[in-house]
Amino acid sequence: MNIVVCVKQIPDPAEPGALDPNTKTLKRDTKLILDESDAYGVEMALQLADAAGGGEVTLVSMAPNNETAGLRTALAMGAAKAILVSDPSLQGSDALTTSKVLAGAIKRVEGADLILTATESSDGYTGTVPEQVAELLGLPSVTFAKSIAVEGSTVKVERQTEAGYDDVECPTPCVVSVTAGVVEPRYPSFKGIMAAKSKPVDELSAADVGVTAGGWAGAGQEIVAVEQAPAREAGEVVEDDGTGAEKIVAFLENLRVI
Amino acid sequence: MAAYRPPLQDIRFVLDELVDLDELCQFESFKHVDPDSIHTAIEEFARWTAEVVAPLNRIGDLEGAVHDPETNTVRTAPGFADAYAQFRDAGWGAVPFEADYGGGGFPWLAGIVMQEIMSAANLSLSMCPLLTQGAIDMLMAHGSEAQRELFVPRMVTGQWTGTMNLTEPEAGSDVGALRTKAVPQPDGTYRITGTKIFITFGEHDMAENIIHLVLARTPDAPPGTKGISCFIVPKFLVDDDGNLGERNDVACVSIEHKMGVKASPTCVMSFGDEGGAVGYLIGNENEGMRYMFTMMNNARLSVGLEGLSIAERAYQDALEYAQERKQGRAVGAAAGVQSPIIEHADVRRMLLLMKSIIEAMRALVYTQAETIDMANHHPDPELRQYKQLMAELLTPVVKGWCTDMGVEVTSLAVQIYGGMGYIEESGVPQHYRDARITPIYEGTNGIQALDLVMRKLPLKGGEVVTEHLSLIAMLDPALLRGGAQLASIRSNLAEALTTLADTTHWVMAEGATDPRQAMAGATPYLRMFSLVTAGALMAKTALHAAERLDAGTGDADAMRAKIATATFFCAQVLPQVHGLVAPVRAGHDQLFAIGVEQFAH
Repeated sequence: MNIVVCVKQIPDPAEPGALDPNTKTLKRDTKLILDESDAYGVEMALQLADAAGGGEVTLVSMAPNNETAGLRTALAMGAAKAILVSDPSLQGSDALTTSKVLAGAIKRVEGADLILTATESSDGYTGTVPEQVAELLGLPSVTFAKSIAVEGSTVKVERQTEAGYDDVECPTPCVVSVTAGVVEPRYPSFKGIMAAKSKPVDELSAADVGVTAGGWAGAGQEIVAVEQAPAREAGEVVEDDGTGAEKIVAFLENLRVI
Repeated sequence: MAAYRPPLQDIRFVLDELVDLDELCQFESFKHVDPDSIHTAIEEFARWTAEVVAPLNRIGDLEGAVHDPETNTVRTAPGFADAYAQFRDAGWGAVPFEADYGGGGFPWLAGIVMQEIMSAANLSLSMCPLLTQGAIDMLMAHGSEAQRELFVPRMVTGQWTGTMNLTEPEAGSDVGALRTKAVPQPDGTYRITGTKIFITFGEHDMAENIIHLVLARTPDAPPGTKGISCFIVPKFLVDDDGNLGERNDVACVSIEHKMGVKASPTCVMSFGDEGGAVGYLIGNENEGMRYMFTMMNNARLSVGLEGLSIAERAYQDALEYAQERKQGRAVGAAAGVQSPIIEHADVRRMLLLMKSIIEAMRALVYTQAETIDMANHHPDPELRQYKQLMAELLTPVVKGWCTDMGVEVTSLAVQIYGGMGYIEESGVPQHYRDARITPIYEGTNGIQALDLVMRKLPLKGGEVVTEHLSLIAMLDPALLRGGAQLASIRSNLAEALTTLADTTHWVMAEGATDPRQAMAGATPYLRMFSLVTAGALMAKTALHAAERLDAGTGDADAMRAKIATATFFCAQVLPQVHGLVAPVRAGHDQLFAIGVEQFAH
């Protein structure tokens, strides 16, 4: 079973980030690491390939520079190879261009049975790429998978909803986005890290995958304003006059957590 | 208590600027390694360690290791066995060992960087792989090929762990006084009987077998250190294929209740209660002490490193607290608002003291690891010998100074926490308690000081120490070119070096005529020697940071901070050397001026 995982390399969230004042997008000229939310997709893919008794996990990624550090982490976890589309013209690309690039790269992987993505990246959070990729590839798409099983040419997904989960079935090949926390991503082993050095990373330009990118200027989306998150407000104090329990229940219901 | 964050930025600075990974990777032994792989391995190891190992530090302190007197087994603290299994399965223990025996074939330096992170995350847990490493070193250097093939690969993977059994109740610093017996058998093995104490991870539940290396005397052995032999005593006997067989006659009869490192079981080991434990001689009879010396540089470097590790961990806690804790109004702060205590001058002083000492320790530990790599792997045999001597010289400095500073820096962390620092729940006292063992074990710091003045200064008739001091003096022209920015570092270092050179001359001259004079001043002399060595490394740090600033590479603020920290160290810590001259030269008579009975008032 061959699986493609779309992964993103992002600035380390542990370091203080900065915005480009012109485009209002995150500066990405620092070292990039594997987006943690993508580690779940990689782990899921490795487990599915194991369960199927074989097959390759291929990473597909896009980065403005030739950064491969994050890809190496995923290769060290056990992925077999990677395709990195890296082109200065892609700097500041919007979600649709990103999807076109990823779809173009995925087309170059022969015999992919399943394409996994995270539900959204941890730096951009547009959350639209998985469905756009599916549409561009002409494949069915299932979102918010909290578990995936493959039986023959059918993918069985437990799809997370607000109330619980839906059981969804879908023929392969298809695109499935997985939620964080569904599997425990493995830490790369020392051997895995050493092996990752010699795994192939195919570096392509935008033209190689048939995309003419216009950067941020050509983007179909615009960030109108960036504002500071509002300061945390003081909490509400409920005096228990005998109806405290009811008020708490009402409060929690309002938050839709019960 | 802050979550431990491996200081990757500072580690990277030292690796890029103060040592030469590129050169190491050119050596035949490291041809298959490149600096990039080393950095990647360190980063991934750091992530795992911070997330899995560091959170177990506190629970290890609270729960400790537990001995069951019914079965003479030891249960390690919750989570330890699982973390060790992850460490083993990922192959982290193998990194710096020879590829022929299943190792990663990385430079020792790379292993030392990872050890810094592991020891900072959890000093107790880190001691299990550390002791295994010492046992591997011993087997590699002096074991027969058959012994190496049988034991080493399984210890390199971490499947089996190792211990060093030296100390006995009446034989501590004086190893020559040990009494454990080894009686040769017709089949070539020996039967070992005796009691060993203070055996780190002598018994535990994290691995299927434990390979004890035991010092003992054969029946006709000469007295003292000349009659000590070294034996392999596996917990479970093994056949030639490494399959586990019968339980050997060795038992952990109790563990110590300690001030710190409570999750590291410190065992009393009893050999031969049922007639004698089966032991296999390493090398030749009566050469055990010589063998011990060959692994001493590595072992003492690793213990010195523990001082660095625990200081770093305590510093991170103190720094976070100093930014969060608000007390009083700092000079210049707005009225009516309490300032974080980091804004107060004396807290700043303590933090800078900690930060500068830690940076100096890291530079010292890593350069020493590089020296050891050079001594073992450089293609030029003359240079190998030169580096070996330099490593010998600095071994007591790394062990003695870094562990003393570990105690000092963790004590400062307690101080910054104020009253809360004396409360166990704050988590800070653990660092102080954990650090306190490091000046004691692996040769007390008193022994380190004697080693420096009695053994190391006279190396090659004093040529080695002269070379070391000359290398420091040779920094001067570059510091001069650094202009006003480095001027105070330059003058402080030059003055301190003059003091050290004069005092060294005195110690060597006095030591040659009356060793008691040199011995009496050994500890303040070790401090003086260490401070100048550290000052020189801080000067080098400043030089490299200034170069980067000029070249516009690297984070300018971080580089300016490096220079400021080095300036602080050379202005406020280094000048202590001048006050140490009198204690060094005070001499033997002052210490023995009063009789033993007069010590009681």
